[in-house]
Amino acid sequence: MESIVRIPSVTGVDVELKIAGPGGRSYAFVIDWHIRFLAAAAWFIVGTIAYAGGLRFLPANELGAGYTFVVVVPSIAIYFLYHPVLEVLLRGQTPGKRMAGVRLVALADGGAPGVGALLVRNVFRLVDSLPSLYAVGLVTTMVTKNAVRIGDIAAGTVLVYDEPPSSQLLDRLSGRAVARLGLEQAQLVRELLDRWPQLGADARRKLATDLLARASVAAPDDDAALRAKLEELVA
Amino acid sequence: MSGDNVAGAKWFEQRVAEWRSAGARLRNLEHGKSAATATVLEAVRAYPEIARDLAIARRAAPGAALTKYLEGVYRELHRSLFRPPGAFWRGVLRLFTHDAAAVVRELRWQVATVVSLFVVCVGAGAALVSAYPELASLFASEQMIDGVQRGELWTDNLLNVFPSSLLSVRIFTNNIVVSLFALSLGVLYGLGTFYLIAMNGLSIGGIFAFTAQHGIAGRLFEFTAAHGFVELSVICIAGAVGMSLGEALARPGELTRAAAFQHAVARGLKLMVVCLSFLVGAGLLEGFVSPNASFPLGARLAIGLGYFALFVLVLSGALGRFASARRARG
Repeated sequence: MESIVRIPSVTGVDVELKIAGPGGRSYAFVIDWHIRFLAAAAWFIVGTIAYAGGLRFLPANELGAGYTFVVVVPSIAIYFLYHPVLEVLLRGQTPGKRMAGVRLVALADGGAPGVGALLVRNVFRLVDSLPSLYAVGLVTTMVTKNAVRIGDIAAGTVLVYDEPPSSQLLDRLSGRAVARLGLEQAQLVRELLDRWPQLGADARRKLATDLLARASVAAPDDDAALRAKLEELVA
Repeated sequence: MSGDNVAGAKWFEQRVAEWRSAGARLRNLEHGKSAATATVLEAVRAYPEIARDLAIARRAAPGAALTKYLEGVYRELHRSLFRPPGAFWRGVLRLFTHDAAAVVRELRWQVATVVSLFVVCVGAGAALVSAYPELASLFASEQMIDGVQRGELWTDNLLNVFPSSLLSVRIFTNNIVVSLFALSLGVLYGLGTFYLIAMNGLSIGGIFAFTAQHGIAGRLFEFTAAHGFVELSVICIAGAVGMSLGEALARPGELTRAAAFQHAVARGLKLMVVCLSFLVGAGLLEGFVSPNASFPLGARLAIGLGYFALFVLVLSGALGRFASARRARG
């Protein structure tokens, strides 16, 4: 069952946000981990080649201040500051979160969390990552009401699904279809037509027959005719 | 055609253009400060109308694509319109001049408790190792013990092993991690912080006692003089913040446990941001000054106590009062 967090609004109509569970959260984390690891490694390798004339580990006493501050420190910073910096700059998102379709929001108002809250949730990674592989964080996301880790509890944040609204349906739904079928039926027919190529022949026949019956229209036998009939209904 | 369907169709036809333009407007609102005033005003006007439409759609067709679209538009409008104003740099300045000092005042009992705990543990560590020298192995590696027994400190020749720059980075990174651990382990009802501070105190006391037995405690003090005052103070303050988190969980008062914890974390973070920036400075001193034999003890003490005085000025609020007085004089 989907978990929803409801944020009260001045309009009296709550903003509903769909909570991302351990799955969505882990997916985003794995993408982010690869990005930050590859970015840090790339910086280190390119910097070392440029500084040492080849890819070799320099003995500690040969490392100059230039190498430390231009190669080593930025590599470490990319790896460890990736989450706090990008979450602040992208208002609760990172590239991994974007790809996974999730976003961080403040539990109080549903908006982007403040800088302080984002720093807090990143400081608490120290606890969430104990004893290893984010075990504490993973377990807490499984047992807490809003599927949050300790860092989120401390910061008052929650990870939610962030699907940008698509106006595609509005462009293809007509007032005539709504008048004929009702809002819900018209949308169901439109969605069935959108998914027509992905559905198996039996499944789409069953769904189409059911929807046509609700509109008191007889279902033809032929698959193409069935589709044409549905198109006609929502024209 | 039923009457409901006709009414639904009329509503749909009247409102669909508004829904479409509200969705399109979201992209412009995303730009924050650069969004045109007209766009923002349009969004303010559309917000309650979209709310009303969404309420109708939720009843008429819950879970349908149109409802999902309106949910998305409403959610994005809400997020954009209720975004707090950005004043990042002013906030950072305020942290150093006012906020950190205010938190120190609020946490004065926790700071006093953690400092007392730390001092007692330093004494206990020193007494234990003085009475039972073999206990030094609890706090120092075999290599360190062998070196001290030969009259050498592990900090001797440090610059031959690591350049100052790398040493500084390693040190301040490590110190920041220790401080953040001291803070975040407060989540274990303060017990994690308690053990971490106690262990640090015992280690420092034990190691000083062990070096004293071999007549090189003075050299160890000389090494720590430039950076140690601020470094140890920050670790104690991190412990105090950690303890306040534990206290918020154990005794949340009239708030819920989660709300009390969030309040304690938000308050403690303000102090920690200031303290951690001082820790970076202490790390640089430990990398560039402490291992450098050309700095005599007097210079090290002057640097260390001067840096500590600046730390106290910030955390006591004196710096903020001075800045306010200057502003008032114009």
